[in-house]
This record gives sequence, structure tokens and C-alpha cells, in this order.
Amino acid sequence: MRAADMPEVIALDTRVTKLAKADYWDDIYRRFGNHRSHERFFLVAENHTDQAASRLLGFIIGEVRAWEFGSTPCGWVFALSVEPDLRLRGTGSALIEAISHEFRKAGISKMRTMVARDAQLPSLFFRSEGMMAGPYIQLEKDLD
Amino acid sequence: MRLQISTQLAIFAILELAARDGQQVSVADIGEKYSVSSHHLAKVMHVMGRAGLVRSARGAGGGYQFVGNARRTTLLDVVQRFEDMSSIDQHPGVADATAEGQALRQVLSEIDDIARATLGSITIATMRKLVERHGAGGGRRPKPVSSRQRDRSPS
Repeated sequence: MRAADMPEVIALDTRVTKLAKADYWDDIYRRFGNHRSHERFFLVAENHTDQAASRLLGFIIGEVRAWEFGSTPCGWVFALSVEPDLRLRGTGSALIEAISHEFRKAGISKMRTMVARDAQLPSLFFRSEGMMAGPYIQLEKDLD
Repeated sequence: MRLQISTQLAIFAILELAARDGQQVSVADIGEKYSVSSHHLAKVMHVMGRAGLVRSARGAGGGYQFVGNARRTTLLDVVQRFEDMSSIDQHPGVADATAEGQALRQVLSEIDDIARATLGSITIATMRKLVERHGAGGGRRPKPVSSRQRDRSPS
């Protein structure tokens, strides 16, 4: 990921989520883009063949987290997005494979993510990548 | 969560047909692998045919064929043809008017939601990958009817 990729990353995320969140992306770039680390990964998939198409096909962000929730070190994928018109062409799988490779290089053998229960498309995708329910249950409560 | 025998057979049959990529497979061949009668399996296939998940062809080379999209058809699409997958919220409980009854319904509703989300997120294509990971590819596999040229009705 290069600084020049950020406008396209932010534009893709805004198109997909319908939410502009400049502060969030500033923080992500500061922690994951500008400050390279062997445990934090911000990877992009680029189009180098079809000149008419967008250059950025998608991105994935993840990091190694350890000992939270009693967990041994594992790789968390917390953002993944692919250009909507360019899906079902293997870009998401390639991004998953790329970050899996980075996690393995960091000595990590388990990758996790979290998906909203009613978000069927991401669920279908992560399941198709072989991801299954893990040993944790996410709990929450309304704060009055 | 427990599934009825018919529901399990429907899933197994779809997996067998999806693995055959458009070829016709007879209920007898599927039944042989899972040790179930053709009669029972034919009833299951009839339900799936009405749901538009499989198509039957009679006569020589006849059998069943998966006609859904394996990357979009989920386990929930199959299971809900045989099981009541509606939320507990749609069924009255014995003590709905009490706080205890409402608390129990909240917990049971959570379980239902998770079950539906799980079944709804696993496609037939993903299940095929899981089957391959479990090494079932080396197990007994029904032969396509077309290669055997038998005159067998699918029902």
C-alpha cells in the first residue's frame, strides 16, 4: 500500500459502505500505511491489464493480535473490500491468500475475522475461503 | 441442532448431484451410498424438484440433476424445505405474558438467529470444499446413470 493508494481506498470504502469516515482512514494510514510493520498489513490489489477499469481492485487490512480475550497470537482481518463491479473474479481470494502469506511469515497459524450475522455476502465469501465459526462468541449490551 | 433424516438426505443428495456437474444421477445410486431406500429418497427429491433445486429426467440415462447455482444456493435454502426454520418469535409460547417466558424466548431467539445465519452462509460449493477436506472424495461415490444406460424411473 502506498500513500497514493489512499484516495482510491477511501473512495471504494465510501461507495461500498455509504459512510465517509475521514478520521478513521487517517488513523488507519498512520498506523498501517505510513508505519510499516511485520505484524500490520495493508495490502491492495491493482489492475494492471484493463486500462479502462479502475486501478484499485480492492484492499485488505489486518494485524497480528495477541493475548486479548485470552487468545494466543492470531491474525485478525478487520477490513476487506473489492470493487463491486469487479467481484467474482478472484480478487477477494487473492487478497485473503496474500494476507495469509504475511501472517504465516509472522509465525501465525490462525486467521480470524468478524461478520455481521445478517451480512450474507461477506459471510458467503469468508465461508468459501474455508473460515468456520471460532471458539469465541461476541457479546454486547445496550448502555443506558 | 438436529436435522430430520429427510433433511440430511436432501443435503447429501444435493452434494452428490453438485459434484457431478450437470450429469444425471439416479436415486438408487445415491441411496446405495447412504444406505437409504430409493423410495424415501425419491420423496425427498420430489420436494427439491418442486423447489427448483433439482431436475429429473426419466428413461434410459435418467436421474436427477442439480440445477441451482452451487455458489449461491445455501444449506438454509435446502433445510427450510424440510424443517421449520422460522423464528421462535412467530410461535406462541406457554408463558409469553410472563417476564420469565419473555426472557426464555429472548435466549431461544438468539439460538435460532445463529442457526439461520450459519446455514445461510454456507453454500453447496463451500460444502463441497468441506467434503473434500474431510477426505470423502475417496469414499463411495454414486456412478452417473448415463454411463450405465439403465432404464430407471427417478421416482
